Amino acid sequence: MPILETITILDSADIVRVRQKVRSQTVALGFGLVDQTKIVTAASEIARNTLDYGGGGSVTLEVLESAHRVGLRLTFTDQGAGIANIELALQNGYTTGSGLGLGLGGAKRLMHEFEITSEVGKGTCVTTVRWRQ
Amino acid sequence: MERIPILQMGQFLLVTIQVDMHDRLALALQDDLTDRIVKTSASGVLIDISSLEIVDSFIGRVLGNIATVSQLLGTETVIVGMQPAIAITLVELGLSLSGVRTAANIDAGMRLLQISLGAPFHGGLDANP
Amino acid sequence: MSLSSTSKIADLLEKNETELLRNWLTELEASGLRRDDLMRSTELNQQCHEFLRMFRSAAQHENFSDVQAPEWGSVRQLLTDISRDRAQQGFTSSEVATFIFSFKKPLFDQLKRELAQQNDLLVESIWTVTDVLDQLGLWTTEVFQQAREKVILRQQQELLELSTPVVKLWEGILALPMIGTLDSARTQVVMETLLQQIVETGSQVVIIDITGVPTVDTLVAQYLLKTVEAARLMGTDCIISGIRPQIAQTIVHLGLDLSGVITKATLADAFAIALKKRQLTIVSKASQSV
Repeated sequence: MPILETITILDSADIVRVRQKVRSQTVALGFGLVDQTKIVTAASEIARNTLDYGGGGSVTLEVLESAHRVGLRLTFTDQGAGIANIELALQNGYTTGSGLGLGLGGAKRLMHEFEITSEVGKGTCVTTVRWRQ
Repeated sequence: MERIPILQMGQFLLVTIQVDMHDRLALALQDDLTDRIVKTSASGVLIDISSLEIVDSFIGRVLGNIATVSQLLGTETVIVGMQPAIAITLVELGLSLSGVRTAANIDAGMRLLQISLGAPFHGGLDANP
Repeated sequence: MSLSSTSKIADLLEKNETELLRNWLTELEASGLRRDDLMRSTELNQQCHEFLRMFRSAAQHENFSDVQAPEWGSVRQLLTDISRDRAQQGFTSSEVATFIFSFKKPLFDQLKRELAQQNDLLVESIWTVTDVLDQLGLWTTEVFQQAREKVILRQQQELLELSTPVVKLWEGILALPMIGTLDSARTQVVMETLLQQIVETGSQVVIIDITGVPTVDTLVAQYLLKTVEAARLMGTDCIISGIRPQIAQTIVHLGLDLSGVITKATLADAFAIALKKRQLTIVSKASQSV
């Protein structure tokens, strides 16, 4: 599958950059406005997580294409502290920081596929897909 | 550092957000607006987000905070012009901004503020002096 | 051996085209596959003739093992057209496939006559012909299926558009009368259409009327609540009307919280509230003149 680009996430201006890049890719892939907004918002949430809790990292944008559908896959990786209890991290309102705790759980609801792998002390990888409808 | 401009219109403050805000800019707006409310003793704040293409939980939280803080300072805040795609996304995200007042556009927001301040209602058919 | 069987078939098609066509048509008629109610017999003759002609010319390449090969392109194209037409004319997929399968008998008969003295070659040839005709028959089924799926998809979309009329009741007041069973895909379209209409019309009040919705389950109720919430974020009030007693009971039973939503029994009640919110009143002419 074609990798479009990889964006590093090191400060809060990079989150804006991630949003803009994800937006232009969703437009290019022909996603509807509501779908675009959902993907961009989810990307923003996860990117902030990568920055705040992962100490920075990167996101890779990929196009998924099969016979009858097209999707965008975002893969966020960081080498931060990792998440000890993923289930808890996905719960609404749970946060170890100062946020609302809606980030990861909310992002999961906005996407079609969502997967977290994490190792304490090593880092976290979030892979998420939304298909064009 | 760039700032979001805050305009004064009579007893109201008007903020039109036109750029994709990064987190520090959103926090700066929250601080600036709080300062201006105190300095001007404005009785209402209108935040126009009709040109915003995305509101994530961070920006949503900042908007919610502005509303709560302004309320504590005796000022009503109305968020106006939210796009449908953003509204759907926020609801899906689980962020309903329940304490925040909303209106379709600046006009409607202004009317809402005037009514809640008990000020004369202009533009209606039954405006009482 | 194999080479001679394929060249034999090509040769036989070349020489006996007229006879094969006649026998095939007889076969089609005998097996009751002529559907004069769905298509004219001249059209069928035409299609058989066309198929035979293209089949013959593809057979000259003596490749009977793979109908996806380029030399079979025009045969596939013809069958694609025929399948699509028949899908629309109302044939079943087996009727369409049998159109091809019914060509086996005339062809086998012909082979039997030609190769009566060469048993091995006959068996070999029949196998080759069976293989290629089966592949072509399956091809028609595949195309037929795709054509039907397209029809279904189009109808679904038409139904979606049909079933989500957003109507303007008054300046600043919209109504969405929902009819039929709601599933998540439909509700999403309804929700997006409604919110878009709110922006376009600058409406302050929206009435969602669910009189025509037979049942409300948890999912549908949640969608309704989400719509109400999204509308509120845009500065518009929502009223839900037409909640029938059994639906009200379901909502209670499901433990759903509709406390933040204005609900009314009828569309008329909801409209009255909407007018009030817009600071409008309706007065009767009679009482005005008094």
